[in-house]
Formats: sequence, C-alpha cells, structure tokens
Amino acid sequence: MSAARVGVVTFPGTLDDQDAARAVRHAGGEAVPLWHADPDLKGVDAVFLPGGFSYGDYLRCGAISRFAPLMEELIPAARAGLPVLGTCNGFQILCEAHLLPGALMRNAGLHYICRDQGVRVENTATPWTSDFTEGQEIVLPVKHGEGRYVADEATLSALEGNGHVVFRYVGGNPNGSLNDIAGIRNEAGNIVGLMPHPEHAVEDLTGAPSTDGRGFFSSILKKLVNL
Amino acid sequence: MSERADKRGGQEPDAHLDTVKRAEDTPAERQPYAELGMKTDEYDRVRDILGRRPTSSELAIYSVMWSEHCSYKSSKVHLRQFGTKAPESDALLVGMGENAGVVDIGDGWAATFKIESHNHPSYVEPHQGAATGVGGIVRDIMSMGARPIAVMDALRFGAADAHDTRRVLPGVVEGISHYGNCLGLPNVGGEVVFDPCYIGNPLVNALCVGLLRKDQIKLATAPGPGNKVVLFGALTGPDGIGGASVLASATFEDESHAKRPSVQVGDPFMEKLLIECCLELYQADVVVGIQDLGAAGVSCATTELAAKGTGGMDVRLDLVPLRDPSLRPEEILMSESQERMMAVVTPDDIDAFMAICTKWDIPATVIGEVTDSGRLVMTWYGETIVDIPPGTAADDGPVYERPFHEPAGQVALNADDPARLARPDDLRATLLELLGSPNLASKEWVTSQYDRYVRGNTVLAQPADAGVLRISEVMPGAEETTRGIALSTDGNGRYARLDPYAGAQLALAEAYRNVAVTGAKPLAVTDCLNFGSPEDPEVMWQFAEATRGLADACKALGVPVTGGNVSFYNQTGSTPIHPTPVVGVLGVIDDVAKRVRSGFTGPDEKIILLGDTEEEFGGSEWAHVAHGHLGGLPPQADLEAERALGLVLTEAASRGLLTGSHDLSDGGLAIALAEACLAQGVGCTVSLTGEDAFVDLFSESSARALVTVAPESFEAFAELCAAHEVPCYGLGTTGGTSLTVEGVLDVPVTELRETHTATLPGIFG
Repeated sequence: MSAARVGVVTFPGTLDDQDAARAVRHAGGEAVPLWHADPDLKGVDAVFLPGGFSYGDYLRCGAISRFAPLMEELIPAARAGLPVLGTCNGFQILCEAHLLPGALMRNAGLHYICRDQGVRVENTATPWTSDFTEGQEIVLPVKHGEGRYVADEATLSALEGNGHVVFRYVGGNPNGSLNDIAGIRNEAGNIVGLMPHPEHAVEDLTGAPSTDGRGFFSSILKKLVNL
Repeated sequence: MSERADKRGGQEPDAHLDTVKRAEDTPAERQPYAELGMKTDEYDRVRDILGRRPTSSELAIYSVMWSEHCSYKSSKVHLRQFGTKAPESDALLVGMGENAGVVDIGDGWAATFKIESHNHPSYVEPHQGAATGVGGIVRDIMSMGARPIAVMDALRFGAADAHDTRRVLPGVVEGISHYGNCLGLPNVGGEVVFDPCYIGNPLVNALCVGLLRKDQIKLATAPGPGNKVVLFGALTGPDGIGGASVLASATFEDESHAKRPSVQVGDPFMEKLLIECCLELYQADVVVGIQDLGAAGVSCATTELAAKGTGGMDVRLDLVPLRDPSLRPEEILMSESQERMMAVVTPDDIDAFMAICTKWDIPATVIGEVTDSGRLVMTWYGETIVDIPPGTAADDGPVYERPFHEPAGQVALNADDPARLARPDDLRATLLELLGSPNLASKEWVTSQYDRYVRGNTVLAQPADAGVLRISEVMPGAEETTRGIALSTDGNGRYARLDPYAGAQLALAEAYRNVAVTGAKPLAVTDCLNFGSPEDPEVMWQFAEATRGLADACKALGVPVTGGNVSFYNQTGSTPIHPTPVVGVLGVIDDVAKRVRSGFTGPDEKIILLGDTEEEFGGSEWAHVAHGHLGGLPPQADLEAERALGLVLTEAASRGLLTGSHDLSDGGLAIALAEACLAQGVGCTVSLTGEDAFVDLFSESSARALVTVAPESFEAFAELCAAHEVPCYGLGTTGGTSLTVEGVLDVPVTELRETHTATLPGIFG
C-alpha cells in the first residue's frame, strides 16, 4: 500500500514548509510539495498550509495568498471535503479565503510572541484531531504577531454552539483571542485552522519541549489510510 | 539599448555629468572630498593613482572604499596579528578577507559564520538599523554559497531604566524580530547587557551562521573575460546614501538630492526570496563568483569582484534598475539599498540564471562584463564616468599606524581595588538583588519576540549557554551526518575597561566555555570589536591591547579568527564606550543527540563545580549592582585551565556522563546555581567548599563550570577531571523546590523565578 500523500504548500515567504513536510514523513506519510504559482493539487489526499509570512504579509496576513493560482484549485477542493490544515499564516489564509469564519488581528500585547503554549483540544471530530481525546491538554509552540482571533458575536456563538472551536489556549492567552480560541473548524470538519504549530512539536531532540504535535499527523494519516 | 536610454533619446546632453574627459579638462575643479570624509593626503593619493583629478563618481568610490568602515585603515596593522599568531588549524577552509570565514565541520560539510556591527544606524533609527543589520550579515553568509541556518545578536544598551533606552531597546528588538522572523531564521542566542556607557552608543552586533558542502564554497571573484555581471534583488533607491548626496548636490542643483536618508530600509520578504533564489542558483551551478551589496553598495561589489578576479570589468551604470529614476550615478554607486546581490555568470549559463530569478520574482539585470583590461570602467548613457584600477580602491586603501598610549586614569582605575567595598551580611538578599538586576534578569521579554523554532533544527536556544543546531535536516544530502554545531557570543565591557588585553581574552574564554558546556568542541572565532574613536590615542591603546589579547588567546586555545568586524567611533563627544570586544565561537559536536542541556534536568543528581575560585571582584556584577563600582583588575584569564576544562566537558558529553551543565560567569556560582534551578524548575541542596561564603558564591573567577552527573557516573567523571588536572568539587544534589546553600541561604525556585522574570517587563511593559 502506498503512503498517504499530504500536500505542503509553499508561497513566496512561507517558512514552515520544511517542518511540515518533515512531520508528515515522520508520521509515515508522503509530503508532496505544492507551489503557489502552479494550479495543480497533484492528486494529494490532504493539504497542509504552513506558517510564514506569505507575500511578506503585506496588505494583510494571507490577503494576497488567497488569490494564488494554487488556491483556485484548493478552495473548491476544500469545500468539497479535502482535508486541509492551516497553521499560523495558513490559518490566516483560510480565514482570508473564507474557508473558515473570523479573522486574525494584531496580538493584544502588540509584540510578536514565541513561546511554548498550553492548548486544550476541544473537538476531536475532525480528521486532524481524532487521535486526541476531548479535553486533552497539550503543549505546542506559538510564534506570531497577528494571532488574536476575532469574529462577530453571531459567528462566535455559532462556533461555540456547534462545537466548532477545536483548540483553546490554557494557562494564559498569548494574544487576546476571543474566548481563548486557538483554532477552529468548518461545518464539515475537514478544514481546521489554528495558530499554534504542531509541526514544531514532533521530535524529542529539536523544537518545542513536547511531541504533542504528532497527534495531528497520526490523525490525518489514519483517516486517509482508512478511507 | 536600454529602455531608459531610449527614453533619453533626443534629450540634451547631460551638462552636469562629470565624465573622465571632463575631469581631464578641468584639473583645478574643487572637489568636496573633505565633506566625504577624505583627508587631503588621501585625495592627493587618488590623483596620483589616476594621474588626473577623479570624476565625482570615482571620488564616490574611493571615499567609501577608503572609509574606516570599508578599509579598516586604523585597525589593519593590529588585525594582522590574527593571521600572524593564528594557531594551526585543520578546520579553517576560508579565513579573513572574504565575506565570512568557513570552517570544516566534518562529513563533507562546512559552516560559515560571522558577526558584524550595525551600531550607529540602530541609534538613529532603532527598528530599521537593527533589521538591516540582520539582513546584511545574512547576505554575507549567503554569498559564501551557504544556506543561512540561524542568527543571534549581541546587544548593549544604556542603563535599563534610562529614558532613551526605552526608545532604543524596543525598536532594536522589534527590528531584529521582524526581519529575522520573516526570513525564517531561528534566533538561538546572544546577549543583552545594560551599562550607562552605551546610552548614546548602543551596540547591535548581529551574527549569522550558514551551512554548505565543503566543496561548494563560493567566493567574491570575477574571473573569465566575457562573463556577465548580474545585479539581482531589490531595486536601487536613495537609501543609505548619506555623504554621497554632497556629490550629487554639487553637480546637480536639486534640493531633494541634498537630503537623502542615511539609514537603509529593509524588506525581509525580498531577502527570504533572495535566499531561496541563491540556493537554487548554487544548486544549478550557474554562479562563477558572487558578492552581496552591503556598505558602499555597487562601488564595493564591483571593485572587490574585479580586484579578486581577472582584474577588469566594464559596467553600464545606467542599466542599474532604480526605485527612484532621478538617482545620479554618484548616488547609485554609494546607495546602500538592501537585499541586493551581484553575481558573475558565464554567457552559457545566463538564461538558466535568469529563469531561476524569474521563478522567485527576483529582478535581475546584466549590467556589465568581466574584462582583462585591468580597469574598472563605468559608463553612463555612453559616457565614461569611471576608469580606475579596481585594486587601488578595494585593497590599496590607506593604512594608519595611529598613535596610542595608556589612558591617563588607567593606573588609578586599576588601583581602586574592590577589596575596599563593604561586603554584605545577607547573602540571600544579595543573590536576589543580583538575579533581578537588569543584566542578570531573564531576557525573555526580548527573546520571546524571536522565532527560535523555524526550520526545525534548533536543539538548544536561549537561555541555554550556547545555541545548538542539528545539521542532518538542513539540506538534502546531509541526512547521514549526526553532527551539530554550537555557537555563543560573549563580551564584558567592564572587564575590558579595566584591562583590554585580559578583557578580550575573557570574552573569548567565556564563549569558548559556553560552547564546551553543551558538549561541542570549539573550532573557530568571529569577533566584533566595538570601540571609541581611533583618533583618540587612549582608545587606540584599548584597541591595540584588546586585539593583542585576543590574538594571543586564540593561539593558546587553538581557535583561529575567521573574520569579523571593527566598529570605531562609538563615542559621544569625547567619552567613548567601554572597549567592547564581542567574541563569537563556533563549535562542532560529533553526535548532536549527545548535547548536554542547560542547568539541572532532574532530581537526585550530583552537582559538581569544576575549576578553582579565587577572590576576584574587579568589574564584577556584584561590584556593579551593589556599589556602582568599577575598579581594580578583572578576573585572571587562565587559558590553560580553560582549555583543560573544555576537553573535560567535550569528552564527558561524548561519553554520556553529563546530565546537565552550565557555565559560571557574571554573578559567579550563586547566579549559576539559580539559573540552573530555573532551567527546568528543579531545586538543589549544596554546601560550599571555601572559607568565605561570599567569595564562593559571587566571585567571577574564569575557567569554571557547573555540571550534574548521575551518582553512578561520578567516579568515572572524577577520573576524567583528574586526568586533565581540572579541579572538581562535589557540591551537593539536585532536587526539591528550593535553592538551598546549607547554612547560608534558602530560596524557593518560585521566588527565584518571580525575581528573575519581573525586571524587564517592569521596565519595558
């Protein structure tokens, strides 16, 4: 049986693509590089939108990336059920592309912040979180200047009411996100976005002092193998 | 013919253009060389070299290339010692004089690293000054053919609570944070030090390290007549022109040219694209020679490339793509616009080169060609404006033997021994006072603004003693190596003020020790020498002593200087900063999985102090914090002891004997114990071995480190210490929730943490 193929997207200014690809490989999957200018998903089974400063974050984080040629393919595929995970800048792009509701604003403290952050898994009914248990507290690094999740009241109450908040910060909110929201999903659950970085928490030797990020990759690979 | 040349078609000839012909015809024309910082005899030398007066473009080139910054004219005679006294080293692949030194780290791989100052711009405009400091050093590393893999910064500011520090520090940190984070380079270490002497002259020293295959080193050279000269990266704008505007306004009656900004503005997004573009160009093997554009921009790149190559180059300056079309040739030559590189490419490879640039959206323009004429010739819309032997600008700048003598107050300063200072009764209070003082307090307020994880190769980062990176996943092809590299920068201006010879040695010793405590073997050195004005004989004495001390210490420790930077004129009025040699040491660890983590990593381990403690308080953190005192002599730099300590640490790590380690430096044993407890929140109980608890806890004797070993490893470790004659004292055991020094003090780790972390947020918000 061939390995599940997870696309890892590189925009100009993407930074965590190498980490994301490594995390996919460590979990036993095949990481397939996807190039922003090439409108071809190469038949991948899932897509990882990594962090960084795509297009320099000029104008607004993720605002230019959503118009990349690749996104013309990715947006309809995601709407049709392709599993997509966006972390950090990837989450911002998903919001800008209206695949997820709300927006990410400048951190409340006005500084970029890099720290190992407590996160509670609130929803395991997604292909990216099924290997966690509901209420499980994990540690993942956050590293961003614009990670304060905001949405209007109706959107917020819908997210909360439907159980679409997937991750919440615990032990201190690093950026002033409403309701301590660290990550959310869409209605169908195939699209998940979060500010923390699971791809930096998969190895003992390097990265954050935790390997809790492995759960994301084991979840998606199990899901893809069992399809 | 270029598009712009077309546009100019039909216009009147450029009446203001100072061509070579015009220079020949108007030998008596007065030129603003003094305004450009040139001395009369330097200007006369240019006239001798050319056999006529220089054109204004040539004057631009010589004035920047012969500036202190580019020519090292005051420091050269002293820096030569780094070559003449260099220790034998198998590791050195490229030494001083290139963009950065290159060191063999084994298994076919090499590391290139360098530290460079961006002090003055960071005072004028902290954010952009610091940001472009990072950008500049990263391009130096790229131009060696390497992938940049990490950065670190050595920073000095005025007193932490001084009004202007609250302007400068947040801006500098934000500039480094923004630029480095956007580039995707982990920031793995560095220093933040406060002292009133830096209030008008903050120091921003940025270090970058890169990785490359040993056989794929690129050099700044332009060989092969007929090869193309390509300028690529950002467009050239009117930034960082500074003095050149004098030239432009002298020949061009336009007010706007008289007020050019002197600080450059960075675009990290362009630099990130430039990194990936360059790596793809190297991969495709389409680069013959390459040089980044830093200080002195096009002037520096063209003269240096030509001088090191076949010797000649023809450049059409009007082809340089501009952000501001009104730029004059003199301004183009001096512009320090960021994110630009210059490559030499064979005609056969030029299409492939351009295609890769297009893929990464990098503007690239062929602006010239290598020749064997021995002349650097530049034209502007067909008229010759520069015709010089490039080596005369790049290599044959003036060299000064500046006079120097010991400062008038030096003897009195050294005689003012800290032995006269009142000693504290309450050592617990002293520990907390020091731990919460700005220099020893947690730097998390600063370092949490830096991405330390990106690219996934960070094994250790601040507050660990040294940054450690694994190699195997940096680039394709490296998978098989188990090696890692370790890096630390250190420097103590107070020690150097008391004795610049010893101060420079102590800076090296500390960086060497910080690399060794991680288990790595120190290999090579880069240095950033920050001093006042070289025209002040007392400052020049400090410089001469510091370089002599550093060169001697490098020889003693067997680590060659591979490159670095001198920053003079760090003074306000006639008051210079403390002489501040900042030394970076790079080490290699054969198996990066065997790296030793910082501090206490678990309970029930034996705590061992390595090295002897003498009563040494000159320049100490205690004298500074408790008494505001600076006098006496700094700790003795015992390089033999340092080397032996390094051997023990490296060997013990490779044998897996150590469970944790930490070097002793500012604040002595007390601070080292506190930091070791704070690393993982593990307490300890120790007993002191000396007669005077105060000396044991706060003296700053060098060549000391703290390690922990599992009880069953103690004997083997003690034997290893004995074999290398390294003094080894069992102090106690890790565990519990307090730092307990029996019979002396007891502080809960939570209280240590509160004290340690409250200070900088309390000042900077």
